[in-house]
Amino acid sequence: MDALIALIQNAPGAANMSAQALHNTAAALMATLMFTVMALCAIVFTWMERKVAGFLQNRYGPMRTGRWHGWAQAVADMLKILGKEDIIPAEADKGLFVFAPILVLLGSLLAWAAIPWAPGFVAADLDLGLFYIFAVSSLVIIGILMAGWSSNNKWALYGAARGAAQMVSYEIPLALATIPVIMYTGSLNTQDIVIAQQGGLANWYIFRDPFLFVAFWMYFIASIAETNRGPFDMPETESELVAGYHTEYSGMRFAFFFLSEYANLFLVSLIAVMVFLGGWWAPLPLLDVIPPALTFIIKGVMMVFFNMWVRWTLPRVRVDQLMHLCWKVMIPIALICVLGSGIIQMVRG
Amino acid sequence: MATEDVKATGWADQDHVPEIKSELLELNMGPQHPATHGVLRLLLETDGEIVYKVTPVMGYLHRCAEKIAEGVNYKQWVVYTDRFDYLAPMCCNHAYVTALEKLMGQEVPERGEHLRVVAAELSRIASHLVSLATFGLDMGAFTPLLYMFREREEILNLLERIAGGRMLYNYMVPGGVRYDVPDDKWIKDVLSFVDMMETKKVPEYNTLLSYNKIFIERTANVCVISPEDAFTFGCTGPVLRGSGVSFDCRRDDPYGAYPKFDFEIPVGQGQMGAVGDCWDRYFVRMLEIEQSCRLIRQALETLPDGPYQAIELKKPVKAPMGAVYSRTESAKGELGHYLIGDGGQTAFRNKVRSPSFCNLQVVTKVGVGQMVSDLVALVGSLDIVLGEIDR
Repeated sequence: MDALIALIQNAPGAANMSAQALHNTAAALMATLMFTVMALCAIVFTWMERKVAGFLQNRYGPMRTGRWHGWAQAVADMLKILGKEDIIPAEADKGLFVFAPILVLLGSLLAWAAIPWAPGFVAADLDLGLFYIFAVSSLVIIGILMAGWSSNNKWALYGAARGAAQMVSYEIPLALATIPVIMYTGSLNTQDIVIAQQGGLANWYIFRDPFLFVAFWMYFIASIAETNRGPFDMPETESELVAGYHTEYSGMRFAFFFLSEYANLFLVSLIAVMVFLGGWWAPLPLLDVIPPALTFIIKGVMMVFFNMWVRWTLPRVRVDQLMHLCWKVMIPIALICVLGSGIIQMVRG
Repeated sequence: MATEDVKATGWADQDHVPEIKSELLELNMGPQHPATHGVLRLLLETDGEIVYKVTPVMGYLHRCAEKIAEGVNYKQWVVYTDRFDYLAPMCCNHAYVTALEKLMGQEVPERGEHLRVVAAELSRIASHLVSLATFGLDMGAFTPLLYMFREREEILNLLERIAGGRMLYNYMVPGGVRYDVPDDKWIKDVLSFVDMMETKKVPEYNTLLSYNKIFIERTANVCVISPEDAFTFGCTGPVLRGSGVSFDCRRDDPYGAYPKFDFEIPVGQGQMGAVGDCWDRYFVRMLEIEQSCRLIRQALETLPDGPYQAIELKKPVKAPMGAVYSRTESAKGELGHYLIGDGGQTAFRNKVRSPSFCNLQVVTKVGVGQMVSDLVALVGSLDIVLGEIDR
């Protein structure tokens, strides 16, 4: 933010702006940037998901739209979905039905504010950054519950009930897995967490101690469940619940759910990079020539690819097995990680 | 299982809070639902995730095929058998012409019998591939579907070369088959396909899906069909064999050229859980693919020379007065035809005993007390084809 303010200050005609005006301008710019990046990443990831799925499934995926490997397919899809009729079921609870997709998108959008893209380049440099991210991304659960309930469809209700149970449960191991990192850093500020990982691969939190390595995988598994993707796509389960909580949604409202899924996917991947994989620091000194923001995004995209790989390989777990995995396996392991990592830090001083 | 028994499993919590009146949720699974494999409608009564009652509602794909059999002549009705089990039409062809030849007392040349076995077994492999693939899809594994359809495509190509069609063949006629082997290359291609299937593809599917930890968790010990239940509901085919009963019409009530060949009948072993669970039914099909490969290889390697049809193709056939019941092993189970002839060119009555219809009935018992996800697994593992259920 400070870097951005400095940039604006040096711009012609901005010399005599007040501090407040400067701040507002920077905030507006940042918000626009965030939204653009998010919309863009949803489009890019839709295309990427289809190409990755095709690659894993012995086929090509989209090849025609836009000539080069169907790059424009996602754009075409978005245009198509804009032209779709917006249907609200007659028996639906209209207010909730309309508001739910907005809330879901809001939850994933807000969390983006605290992502540190590069040194000094973060929209909201909060001291409680990580806490804030986990807090606002919980809004998604409420949105999904609202969507399922207001649709007045039994399948949607099933999907919403499953989704709420799953996401509430998996927030616990998700947050627990990051606690050792917070203990190392001594701060919840997202910038501080990344800065503490300076100095090559060995200083990344994932390699700091064995417990953190386990904690990373706990985080990764929980993040798949958090984003409702296979093998934990309980709220959708297209072969059981038709389409889950968004069965009754169409057109742009459906696109909002879709958008938020990919925004969430990128978000949890970026958090994984930020917390465990060294944020914007390059793994080798050789690669320092790459701009930090680009390093950060490349790492994030690689995590997204990993997510897609898992999704298109594994079958889906059952809803009770999912809960079993969370409460009886992952939470104890995450707690052990917190304890073990704490002891190591005490011993190391 | 009665409602009390479902509660006794410890899963359901209906009437958990005595003061609050609760009732079961009626849920329509189908006729348009991704997991019902066609236009099947399951009427569920559920309490949350637990199913208390399952009622299959059928008839959405009824096309009066049996009634039509009373109006068209014997040969013309072969095309209707294609539409029964459209995933393994050759097996359905085979079932009907076997019944008809039994009624007519018609002999079939050796070469024709061998070609029938090859075609029917290729069709069986294709059908099992679709079954395994869609079962994986029901379990949320999308990718194996594409891999298995790749091999199915090969089979369709091979069958297209010999029968001219890709889905509805009308290949078998009373007294033999419609076309001979197109050329020697076809035989070579089939043999190399069979080898590839055995050595490469089946192990690949096993690595990708069968021995996947999540897949085993989802299917082992789930919806166990006991041998008694399987008998009571008249289950046949992989569903019966999955329950550990070694019964196969190809061996126990032989027809065609099958007695000449050497093959095994795989049965469910309870390898991952109880005998008769979804995983067993799934894996029996995988093993049957290997046995079908053996059959095809034997039938082609000993393919005799000579005619492949006994009756001239354009000649209408007549059957004497009388009634026969003949059963064959289709990909889904025992496919029987009860055929009554009135002495003319048309059947007086043709009643089909379809395996999918009988196999499906078992959900009314085994599906009760399961979770909705497990019911999806059960229906997937039964491998029903609605074209055959409703005819």
